[in-house]
Amino acid sequence: MSTTIDTKTVKHVAFLVRLGISEGEAQKFSGQFSSIIDYFNMLNEVDTENVPPASDIANAENVLREDAVQPSMSREEFLKNAPQSERGYVKVPTVLGDE
Amino acid sequence: MQLTTLTIREAHELLTTKKISSVELTQAMLQRIREIDPKIKSYVTVSEELALEQARKADERIAKGENVTPLTGIPFSMKDCISTRGVRTTCSSKILENYVPQYNATVTNKLAEAGAVLLGKTNMDEFGMGSSCENSAFFNTHNPWDLDRVPGGSSGGSAAAMSAGLATFTIGEDTGGSVRMPAGFCNVTGIKPTYGRVSRYGLIALVSSFDSIGPMSRDAYDCATVLEHIAGHDPHDSTTYNSPVPNYTKHINKPVQGMKLGIPKEYFVAGMEAGVESALQEAIRQFEKLGMEIHEVSLPHTKYGLPVYYLLLFAEASANLARMDGTRFGLSVSENAKDVIDIYLKTRHEGFGDEVKRRIMLGAYALSAGYYDAYYLKAQKVRTLLRRDFESAFSKVDLLLAPTCPTTAFKLGEKTSDPLEMYLSDIYVVATNPAGVPALALPAGFSNNMPVGMQLIGKHLDEQTLFQVAHAYQQVTDWHKQFPNI
Repeated sequence: MSTTIDTKTVKHVAFLVRLGISEGEAQKFSGQFSSIIDYFNMLNEVDTENVPPASDIANAENVLREDAVQPSMSREEFLKNAPQSERGYVKVPTVLGDE
Repeated sequence: MQLTTLTIREAHELLTTKKISSVELTQAMLQRIREIDPKIKSYVTVSEELALEQARKADERIAKGENVTPLTGIPFSMKDCISTRGVRTTCSSKILENYVPQYNATVTNKLAEAGAVLLGKTNMDEFGMGSSCENSAFFNTHNPWDLDRVPGGSSGGSAAAMSAGLATFTIGEDTGGSVRMPAGFCNVTGIKPTYGRVSRYGLIALVSSFDSIGPMSRDAYDCATVLEHIAGHDPHDSTTYNSPVPNYTKHINKPVQGMKLGIPKEYFVAGMEAGVESALQEAIRQFEKLGMEIHEVSLPHTKYGLPVYYLLLFAEASANLARMDGTRFGLSVSENAKDVIDIYLKTRHEGFGDEVKRRIMLGAYALSAGYYDAYYLKAQKVRTLLRRDFESAFSKVDLLLAPTCPTTAFKLGEKTSDPLEMYLSDIYVVATNPAGVPALALPAGFSNNMPVGMQLIGKHLDEQTLFQVAHAYQQVTDWHKQFPNI
């Protein structure tokens, strides 16, 4: 069974991961995704009835620590990498629009 | 005396007997980088000023005889996904092209405390996504053994720098073969330690449940030396093991007679280059001569390793890369942006290369309603079976031997047009990471004048056995002492 991932689906997942995408790119990715997912469908051959999903890798236990105050990066230092800042805050355009 | 091809312990001996200084050694490396690296292009950033400052400090430590470690004064390079305070850390991506971290990764701190000298940051596939280094947003790295061929990936810059004598050791990162596959292509020894053995704090995450930082070096002894210094518990990474780090080098000479070496039959199948297969067969005879018992074993779910690995990678990477959004750090494309979502869309469109785009979109696909059970959950179930394969094999043998790649290094451009074909070159190295087990890659000979790599795969936290066996092999072979003519 071959899988088809159409351009509409590609555009949908692009928006889910907040990625701008052109019509040409959507077409290119559509073909590539179909062949990749098609290959990965081989997992359907494996019987996983009664097999639990892996959820950790090293049989790890929960790790707790003291809730102690530690020195952290200063505001000035942190903002060195911010593209735009104002009065000690990261500046971004409107988050909640007026439409 | 050729300073640029010394092992760590040769350099250490010369430094502590005052035959050379760290400044001299560092300058020799920087000089060779200036001369050779324009051909290889393994470094994204050379941190010359910092290197010379660290070298001067190392020389003072050695002069006073205070706090001298085997790494004091030794020049190294680091894959460009590990944070270095004040030194640009790009992941070879446009989105982080001008990103200068304000803090060090734990590994960076540990190496600085040991007195090692950071030469610079090495090229990689963007965010670790690739098997040839051709997905770097900046430039291709060339294999020092044949400049028309790839160095492998994603730690391709690290492997190429090591092989060309542009660092005495290097730090790579292995999410699904990214240390071992390029080590094999470039005739370098490298280890992917057990997941959780080395802190991931400050590593720019690709797949948080696979990522393993590991050293690459001239031989297994040097690898063991570096791992001793970077492994260990870190309060900043709750997945690190609490158990003490063994003194690997102290026990590295222990005999390997009677150890059981498993040969997984699923790794020795049609499709392997003839020269790779004959090199591996010769290596098996060598291990037998060393007194090891050879046993055929089966890892029945091997062929599902690739889809399991990639599906889980897509899913975790799509979440991990969400932070690259153009608002707090990195590239920001905000011109004419009407709202914050518009900044995300524009920044990520411009800042990510095609392979990153493919993988994060496929991650969202595998996690989305209607497909989650069929892809993500299914992959996590088969991951359990992959892990059981290893557990069952390790109930019969002490360690496993496998090739690192079915072929030697392929030509630049050979696989770039078909993403799936590029994925398939990882077929022998991906299964270890979903299982979390350690694996050490080392040179196994040559096929048509190109290096052949092999890997020893061990039990959880049993890096010691891998070092012992690799070291024993390197006492009776000299593949690892061959250097390219450049």
